[in-house]
Amino acid sequence: MTLATENLLKPKDFATDQDPRWCPGCGDYAILNSVQRALAKQGIAPHKIATIAGIGCSSRFPYYMATYGFHTIHGRAPAVATGLKVARPDLQVWVATGDGDALSIGGNHFIHAVRRNVDVKVLLFNNRIYGLTKGQYSPTSELGKKTKSSPQGTVDNPFLPMSLAIGAEASFMGRSIDVDGKTLGDVLGAAAAHKGTAFVEIMQNCNIFNDGAWDHLSSKEFRADMTILLEHDKPMIFGANRDKGIRLNGLRPEVVTIGENGVTESDLWVHDAHDEDPTRAFLLSRMEYPAFPVPVGVIRAVQRPVYDALVNAQIVEQQAVKKANLQSLLNGRSTWTVA
Amino acid sequence: MTASATSAKPREVRESVIIRFAGDSGDGIQLTGNQFSAASALAGNDTATFPDYPAEIRAPTGTLFGVSGFQLHFASRDILTPGDRADVLVVMSPAALAVNRKWLKPNGILIANADSFQAKNLKMAGYTENPLEDGSLADFQLFQLDLSRLTNDALQGYGLSAKEVERCKNYFALGLVFWLFERDGGLVEDEIRRKFATKQLLLDANLKVFHAGWDYGENTELFALRYSVPSAKDIAPGTYRSIAGNEAVALGLVAASHRAGLDLFYGSYPITPATDILHTFAGLKEFGVRTFQAEDEIAAICATIGAAYGNQLAVTGTSGPGIALKSEAMGLAVMTELPLVIVNVQRGGPSTGLPTKTEQADLLQVLYGRNGESPMPVLAARSAGDAFESAFEAARIAVKYRVPVVLLTDGAIANGAEPWKIPDVDSLPIIEPNLLDDAAKLNGEPLLPYLRDPETLARPWIKLGTPGLEHRIGGLEKWDKTGHIAYDPQNHHNMVKVRQAKVDGIAAEIPPSHVEGPETGDVLVVTWGSPYGAALTAVRELQAQGLSVAHTNLRWLNPLPPDLHRILQKYRVVLVPEINNGQLVKVLRAAYALDIQQYNRISGLPLSVAELRDAIVNVLPH
Ligand code: SF4
Repeated sequence: MTLATENLLKPKDFATDQDPRWCPGCGDYAILNSVQRALAKQGIAPHKIATIAGIGCSSRFPYYMATYGFHTIHGRAPAVATGLKVARPDLQVWVATGDGDALSIGGNHFIHAVRRNVDVKVLLFNNRIYGLTKGQYSPTSELGKKTKSSPQGTVDNPFLPMSLAIGAEASFMGRSIDVDGKTLGDVLGAAAAHKGTAFVEIMQNCNIFNDGAWDHLSSKEFRADMTILLEHDKPMIFGANRDKGIRLNGLRPEVVTIGENGVTESDLWVHDAHDEDPTRAFLLSRMEYPAFPVPVGVIRAVQRPVYDALVNAQIVEQQAVKKANLQSLLNGRSTWTVA
Repeated sequence: MTASATSAKPREVRESVIIRFAGDSGDGIQLTGNQFSAASALAGNDTATFPDYPAEIRAPTGTLFGVSGFQLHFASRDILTPGDRADVLVVMSPAALAVNRKWLKPNGILIANADSFQAKNLKMAGYTENPLEDGSLADFQLFQLDLSRLTNDALQGYGLSAKEVERCKNYFALGLVFWLFERDGGLVEDEIRRKFATKQLLLDANLKVFHAGWDYGENTELFALRYSVPSAKDIAPGTYRSIAGNEAVALGLVAASHRAGLDLFYGSYPITPATDILHTFAGLKEFGVRTFQAEDEIAAICATIGAAYGNQLAVTGTSGPGIALKSEAMGLAVMTELPLVIVNVQRGGPSTGLPTKTEQADLLQVLYGRNGESPMPVLAARSAGDAFESAFEAARIAVKYRVPVVLLTDGAIANGAEPWKIPDVDSLPIIEPNLLDDAAKLNGEPLLPYLRDPETLARPWIKLGTPGLEHRIGGLEKWDKTGHIAYDPQNHHNMVKVRQAKVDGIAAEIPPSHVEGPETGDVLVVTWGSPYGAALTAVRELQAQGLSVAHTNLRWLNPLPPDLHRILQKYRVVLVPEINNGQLVKVLRAAYALDIQQYNRISGLPLSVAELRDAIVNVLPH
């Protein structure tokens, strides 16, 4: 272990000599910086990390990361990452994907990776549009959205990625806005430390085909009122004046104002990221603009058995109890000899 | 007591016997057939089997589509096929008779479970009269047994339910045919003891019924004589076992992983008739075999590609519909030049087609069924035993050349068993993975992930996790040597050519073709895959009649053997029989611009010796 030197890692140690080819102003730049900073901070050397992507703007990510990297095919990154992680549990595996890549063409691989709890970090760059193919609606585009492929507005009801993930038994869910470097850094750090599938939704601006899609959350003037930073074991408080909160009425969250109608901090919902019961995480996944502030931070982080570790543990167990003798395997149960 | 006691009845010696068992899919026909063939193999016969079973797991009793069959050929000489038509047919029901009587030779022995020839079953099988009574089976030697009643009699006092008794009846039939062909019952007794180890009552009952079947043959007047097929003499010395193609594929790949010093990864989605490969691998964890039962066919190959990138011997297996789904990812493996073995156990198509029946109609799919110029080496096993060697060779080439390789087998090979001479592990070739696993090996030069070996054109297989060897690959076209993304027109042209040249260069690995028969002559029969056995048998029979015919079989379909063009030109007629509408024949015509004849039957069944004999005679030049 060379921890001493690895702790001296700088974000630039994770940058390649390739110039990113995203459009100027694209949210992906901020995400790349945050990821490189988070990786430098966790202190694992680039050669022990692999970055896997599918197809789409976000999926160019591996070319800009000085780790091992694989730019695969549309939607399939979670599957490639699963095989790699099972074969090489010694590597930390990151997946960069988009809303079309992960939730449309790759929806099946996404839910099954989450269900298995493969130890990979899945970064969903959610810009609610197809960028690389120049502006068609995606599975997270809001209903009625007008795009090149929906001139009268979409008639497709969108996914809430967090609801999908919790339905697939996610053990880790985190969310941040691309430009909120602090929250994104914290969420990425928690994702890196998590054992199992760490799903991180990043609300990313595509300034060419869907500019301002997250402005209602990300712009400085609304951010404090329209998002809520979840912190484990802390009451859910938000608002520019820190005077608003979320109270649970049975299984129904409601927005309340501290000091009004006798509401005090002690009435608020206290966030428990480690709650094994997925019910409350699901409630959080349904909190949407404009009725609620959108939760960011670590929404859920629970421990459950990790797929690749289980696969490899079975190998070790069997090797401990059975001797691998190839000749007797070939011989099988019954043989006969011809002289 | 062991059911091998000597008999008082006379015996007739036969050189070979073909027996076919048929019944409802719940009648235990496959089990019965397998046990009979194992006993025949142990008795020193050469054997070949053909399981012919329905797609439905438990099709409704008595229906025609629910009939399950199992044909076994056992002989005192070297045989290559499960045989065309049977000498003996054992039918458990009217439906089994209706479906299978066409497979019984005239004057063949027909053993029928008369109990089940009742109004309801007869009607379901489409009979208006009972064929056992109306004289319509006069062409055969008919033996009627009341199997259910006999089984019930044998089990008096055991206290079993009627249903449990009924389930024992296939052991009565098995005991009887074991008596009839002088097979040693020890193997079956062991199997019964293993199967019912925790159920003493059923163990005793099944043993009792098996012995009762044997004694019935010995004691009734019904059977006047027994048949004996002596052990085969012209079989190469060695230690043998019986093996089916799917298991042979798995073992060949495990052997390759062992000889390469790499752990094996198998990503797969359950699909008939390839699933037994997954089952076999799942039981081999002590060999470092990791199996991944994926969410779909695409995930199966993509995870496998991930494992290949992670330096394991990476294998995916499926059947034709699965190949269709994997095609895009196969292209990714071509582009990233990673070692991969893709097994296709072919079945009848298109679409869902005939899942449990055999066909060879995926050759063009695996050769050409991808977007872009996407060359891939393809080889095919000719029999169950040969599947071991073919699989090993597929893995060796994949690793040496850093390419995805397709191995074709088919339903007949996958499920049909034959005796296999077990190789000595130490005699198998060593596979050198030659990983680039140390930055010092670069001698101070920059890492070039697409720098090619001048001889094989293979790129380095870089050991992930090595400091200083971080690199990125992907499905986009890349610059020669650096592997960076490249849209340059001339570079793309060059890369297309070099990927093709790499696959073409594998021809250097192909040994000289083996031709059985005259070096020049009237007809050369060229096969690939499972028609090998029937074609070679047909050619040998015609050679014995003095005809100038020869045979060669292709293991390599891409690239083709370098000497093949020269060989084809030495015969007046070249004939390619295939279980498809003419696929290899198209490839050969395109490759050599020769006038080549074809013979095709696409019925989900293996080609027979008799039809191939006729097909060859038909193309004989006058
Ligand atoms: S199209 Fe949109 S998402 Fe893609 S690079 Fe440009 S701004 Fe970014």
